[in-house]
Amino acid sequence: MIKPLLVFIRKEAFHILRDRRTLIILLGMPAVLVLLFGFAISNEIREAGFAVLDQARNEPSRQLTDRFRASPYFTMQEGVQTQAAMEAAFRKGSLKLALVIPPGYGEPPVSLQLVTDATDPNTATTLSNYASAIIRQEWAGRATGQQASALVEVKPLMLYNRELKSVFLFVPGVMTVILMLVSAMMTSIAITREKELGTMEVLLVSPLPPALIIVGKVIPYILLALANTGVILWLGTAVFDMPMRGSYLLLWASALLFVGTALSLGILISTRTSSQQVAMLFSLMVLMLPTILLSGFIFPIASMPLPLQVISNAIPAKWFIIILKDIMLKGGGLSLIWQESLILLGMTTFFIALSVRSFKTRLA
Amino acid sequence: MITAQNLSKAYGKTTALQEVSLTIQAGELFGLIGPDGAGKTTLLRILGTLLLPDAGTAFLDGKPVVESYRAIRRAIGYMPGTFSLYQDLTVEENLHFFATIFGTSIAENYELIRDIYVQLEPFKNRRAGQLSGGMKQKLALCCALIHRPRILLLDEPTTGVDPVSREEFWAMLQRLKSHGITMLVSTPYMDEASLCDRVALMRDGQVLSTGSPQSLIEAFDRPLLAVQADDTYRMLTDLRQFESTYSAFAFGHAVHLSLKAPVWPELVQSYLLNLKHTGVSVTPIAPSIEDVFIHAE
Repeated sequence: MIKPLLVFIRKEAFHILRDRRTLIILLGMPAVLVLLFGFAISNEIREAGFAVLDQARNEPSRQLTDRFRASPYFTMQEGVQTQAAMEAAFRKGSLKLALVIPPGYGEPPVSLQLVTDATDPNTATTLSNYASAIIRQEWAGRATGQQASALVEVKPLMLYNRELKSVFLFVPGVMTVILMLVSAMMTSIAITREKELGTMEVLLVSPLPPALIIVGKVIPYILLALANTGVILWLGTAVFDMPMRGSYLLLWASALLFVGTALSLGILISTRTSSQQVAMLFSLMVLMLPTILLSGFIFPIASMPLPLQVISNAIPAKWFIIILKDIMLKGGGLSLIWQESLILLGMTTFFIALSVRSFKTRLA
Repeated sequence: MITAQNLSKAYGKTTALQEVSLTIQAGELFGLIGPDGAGKTTLLRILGTLLLPDAGTAFLDGKPVVESYRAIRRAIGYMPGTFSLYQDLTVEENLHFFATIFGTSIAENYELIRDIYVQLEPFKNRRAGQLSGGMKQKLALCCALIHRPRILLLDEPTTGVDPVSREEFWAMLQRLKSHGITMLVSTPYMDEASLCDRVALMRDGQVLSTGSPQSLIEAFDRPLLAVQADDTYRMLTDLRQFESTYSAFAFGHAVHLSLKAPVWPELVQSYLLNLKHTGVSVTPIAPSIEDVFIHAE
């Protein structure tokens, strides 16, 4: 049984290697995605348009304004001095955040107003967080004794990612999406292609056990997925300074586990569909979209409505992203990730059991 | 070697096979002749253990197709209707792959495929997708034969293949008979019936008649006339009104007219001339398999 399996794997490798265009996409996409997320699509905001409506015009208000001027996050729009000018600048889009300092600023209790352009709520939230931090810093420096504690209520410490670097989020995210794509979508397409071409008929008539057909088809994609994992890890750590605090062995083992989950999903899809197009659309809709949207990769799960939060538990990608972050950022060991790993293992077993039930040793 | 007893199969509301029974002797080259949709592929797939019949039973080499499908799969070679080799693998890689998954090697059974493979050998490093239609079918036949099956099921192997390659392909099948392989070949081409030892004519999921091509032709006992006129279509409708007509079908530029009882050809001619047909000619002809098929009930 070993020789047919080896020949089968070699045949499958030929399919992959000879389809140059797909191969280039599969190998190039992880690199492109990581670089895109790293350089172009950044959650960090720099040099946002900023203005101060200073109605106090005293020493403390000038000090606060200077502190904002010095911040790399904001670029002062010096011309905006009045309420009307501010509104016009917001409408034009050149202004993202304005600070309104009321008359008599300087004596506690202090009340300041932050005005943001919330057409893009993510940017608005981030900017007002930056601004609040600057204001707190200013008062932490000025106030003494009682006043300070009354004013500076919270001092958030961003654990594991002090600078809130987005690279820490997208490296695990991109890895998850790529592994899902290569393992689930490509295998489901590869298996349905045999059905479409009619070669599945011949394979079924052959004495090969169905399990061997599936294993033979899947192994080259496991290798491809692991190669992609390596590329993403290397780019993340070498180019974007993503820390790797945990064990590499554990990381690779977890990647293999997630590849297994994705493969079992791909196989399940291929047993239920009979054309490449349907398999691809199905993978995109049922696997890729939830992986991107509901896994916490792009949108934080905590800020989703409750029903979506519940659904997100069924998304394997969510658990894999947690595992990756635990290993890479927290340096966690097996004791930290065993629950998530167990969930992935359970999902894999479930999908494989379903596939075995619906894999047919006959046509239709 | 192959027996089918009252096989029936339906896909939803469409009946594909209706109570089909067949017996094929060992070493026979047996043809399933019929147009598209006659149920040929369904029958071959049931015999090839790829489909389950709704009713009826079938045996290959004495083994029931449903229960002993594993044993049967080892004993048969099956060539599906669509070209089912890997287009991105070369000729040699395809053959090597199929030899290995059937647990054998090219060298072991080279003897059996030599006649066919010598024609492919000059192209052995060419990808299968770049072969001509005839070459593809020869390669598919090689792949189906490589494990030396005792029974070969071929689903429309000559469809979409040029006439010269079709002839070559049938010559190969004739030669394979000397190796004692039982072959069941389906084809929509009536003229290929004469190349089989015995045939079954199929239409709408039913077997119309079974027998050697010669015996089927001999059993056709109605007088047959080939009738031509300038307006073939109007003539066809007119001939169907003719009192002695049993059935009339367009056959190229002519109409083949089978009669209830012998009638002088001149009578048909004058009938048509009375209806103002021009260029009328009527000639008695011997029936072909196609006549047997289209004039059958």
